[in-house]
Amino acid sequence: MLGQGTEASLLANIIFWTIAVSSIIAALAVVILKDLFRAALFLIVSFLGVAGMFVLLRAEFLAVVQVLVYVGAISVLIIFAILMTQDVEEGSPSNKFRLPMAIFSVLFAALAIYVAVTTNWNTLEAAIAAGTFTADTTARIGEVYSNTIPWIGRLLLRDFVLAFEVASVVLLAALIGALALIRER
Amino acid sequence: MSLENFLIVAAIIFAIGLYGAMTKNNAITVLMCIELMFNGVNISAVAMSRYIVPASVLENPQAADEVVRFLLTGQVFTVFIITVAAAEVALGLAIVLSIFRQRGSIFVSDAAELNK
Repeated sequence: MLGQGTEASLLANIIFWTIAVSSIIAALAVVILKDLFRAALFLIVSFLGVAGMFVLLRAEFLAVVQVLVYVGAISVLIIFAILMTQDVEEGSPSNKFRLPMAIFSVLFAALAIYVAVTTNWNTLEAAIAAGTFTADTTARIGEVYSNTIPWIGRLLLRDFVLAFEVASVVLLAALIGALALIRER
Repeated sequence: MSLENFLIVAAIIFAIGLYGAMTKNNAITVLMCIELMFNGVNISAVAMSRYIVPASVLENPQAADEVVRFLLTGQVFTVFIITVAAAEVALGLAIVLSIFRQRGSIFVSDAAELNK
């Protein structure tokens, strides 16, 4: 139902680790590279890797949104901002917290990974295998994952309609605010 | 490919973004690193909603209507995170550009009047 079988799982694992390693390396390059423009290009690679992970997580709608919003809009904004401030040729120097923050970040990642690995999660596959759900519900889960977009639309306009409307106000406020900030006086 | 793998990748990307956002002096790099942190959070939110069954559903497995909700709430949440991130980066870059116009510098350390 959710793409089982050893060959499918081996292929999915290879794709997952390729995407994961490349997006982590791209994220590292964003932090390490001195050239801001190259850092922005690596940021795009990292965004694309995250979109690939959304596909692997059965969130195709989010993958498309990720490509449209992050790869299409946000990175173009960032690149334009870099071009407009290009006469600052000093790159991106680090401040004095470099070593403590490196240690803190590594510790944070280690703690998060430790928690993720040692926690006993109630996973969906285990629940289905244990027969927690009725056959009806299991069929419903397969139906939802075969095409998630109508269900997301229903959730957005039914359960989360208030947040949905507030999001539109937030976007309008950001639009007007950005225009007001950069207007020539 | 399991929940733990996705959470590990999300934690590493978040930690890289955290390091960059805290140490870099260029405001645009700080914004890019904040976007990296958003991405780490998004991965973990979607992975949680894909793999985990809430305890309330496990205790009451008959409620078939709840199924859709627990399967997709993380994805809907991520849609809102992406919306807010888009608004945030638009405003952030507008602020960076207006600071650059006023003082010819986009370094965070040059805009520290509140610290004096």
